Amino acid sequence: MRNKADLIPTPSQTVGPYFHLGLTDKRSTACIAGEDVKGERVTIICSVFDGDGLAVPDAMIELWQADSEGRYNHPEDTWDETQRLTFQGFGRLPTREDGTCVFQTIKPGQVPGPKGQLQAPHINVSVFARGLLKHLPTRIYFEGDRANESDPVLALVPHERRLTLMATSDPANPGTWRFDVRLHGERETVFFDI
Amino acid sequence: MSNVSTPSADKRLGSVVIPYRRCEPGTQPDYLFSSYRATVRRAPSRPLIVLPHTLSEVTGPMFGHESIAENDNDLTRQHTGETLGERIIVSGYVRDGDGHRVRNTLIEIWQANAAGRYAHVLDNHPAPLDPNFTGAGRTLTDANGFYSFVTIKPGAYPWRNHENAWRPAHIHYSLFGPAFATRLISQMYFPGDPLFAYDPVMQSISDERARQRLVCSFDLETTKPEWALGYRFDIVLRGRNATPFEDQ
Ligand SMILES: [Fe+3]
Repeated sequence: MRNKADLIPTPSQTVGPYFHLGLTDKRSTACIAGEDVKGERVTIICSVFDGDGLAVPDAMIELWQADSEGRYNHPEDTWDETQRLTFQGFGRLPTREDGTCVFQTIKPGQVPGPKGQLQAPHINVSVFARGLLKHLPTRIYFEGDRANESDPVLALVPHERRLTLMATSDPANPGTWRFDVRLHGERETVFFDI
Repeated sequence: MSNVSTPSADKRLGSVVIPYRRCEPGTQPDYLFSSYRATVRRAPSRPLIVLPHTLSEVTGPMFGHESIAENDNDLTRQHTGETLGERIIVSGYVRDGDGHRVRNTLIEIWQANAAGRYAHVLDNHPAPLDPNFTGAGRTLTDANGFYSFVTIKPGAYPWRNHENAWRPAHIHYSLFGPAFATRLISQMYFPGDPLFAYDPVMQSISDERARQRLVCSFDLETTKPEWALGYRFDIVLRGRNATPFEDQ
């Protein structure tokens, strides 16, 4: 049997300022769901700000989501095998000079949660950046969705901080949602220890 | 607005999620490590909320499998001419914390050239660029969890974190593993680098055994005569509870 010290997980290290070379220059995915994927089409504008409220121009955002019926394209999600998912559910982009990046996708459905409850529609987010020794996991929920009220994960978040997990829709642009990530300070986004 | 629950979701409601194990204190960096200056305005000031794992955390992207090109794991053959520097072969196994091999998972790497310069617009270190080196690679682990890259040994490079700050030579690694919860971005260092003691990025890991996990070892077995030095770099992703130990 292997020595236990041998199996300590490899520690995380920052992506640094040059991750574009390996991860996003040729390997970005802005379109998570193409026109052929069933569901309510949404554009998600993610913005990242630091503790001084300044845009972070060298962050990377990764998104992982279920399809419109709440199914992840993964062997551990046991949906009905008769219908294969054509949808991968993964996106990643670097932030631009203004700290933003824009994803095209569909609104996910409800995914099973603990104790036989359904979770509210959400997208899983990983934030990477120079200055982050580990990535920061968070979630995008959709403001106004009635399922938010009974979501078991939102229930773990103090009421006054739940708004930081809400994407807000732009009334002038139906289907366009904004999600701001504030890394540090007063209106700091809720991050999860997963 | 709210999605109605679908038959498929109902059927899955009872399904059991096996969580991934959390890392022991000190074996992963904290977000705030003030000698690494950029953490001060970017690290969250509030404790993270501990999230019991759901289907969202134990699933994850099966990403990149269709798009690996022939020389993606040989960084010395991505251009027409010879790459400058000390040719090396870096290989190893990817396992999880229970000893299971992690098969068919994507590894992406990026690095500076032999002179310590990235082929990146933001890198203005006055060291020469190598027209025959981009410094990006990718590969999949095989059925045994084994991977291998051919590249050149990167140079150390200065940064502005503190007076006379230099990063020890390193290769950046990115792995997905099987789940959203196993996502890992790290760096591999070379044995005996005198810069370790002065590097806050590496020193942010307080547990000595965990820190050593970031240093590859020279490996005569994978060293190719008259061609390249071999280095071994094994990677361990998080394991999950209640799974048996795999022999070897
Ligand atoms: Fe670097």
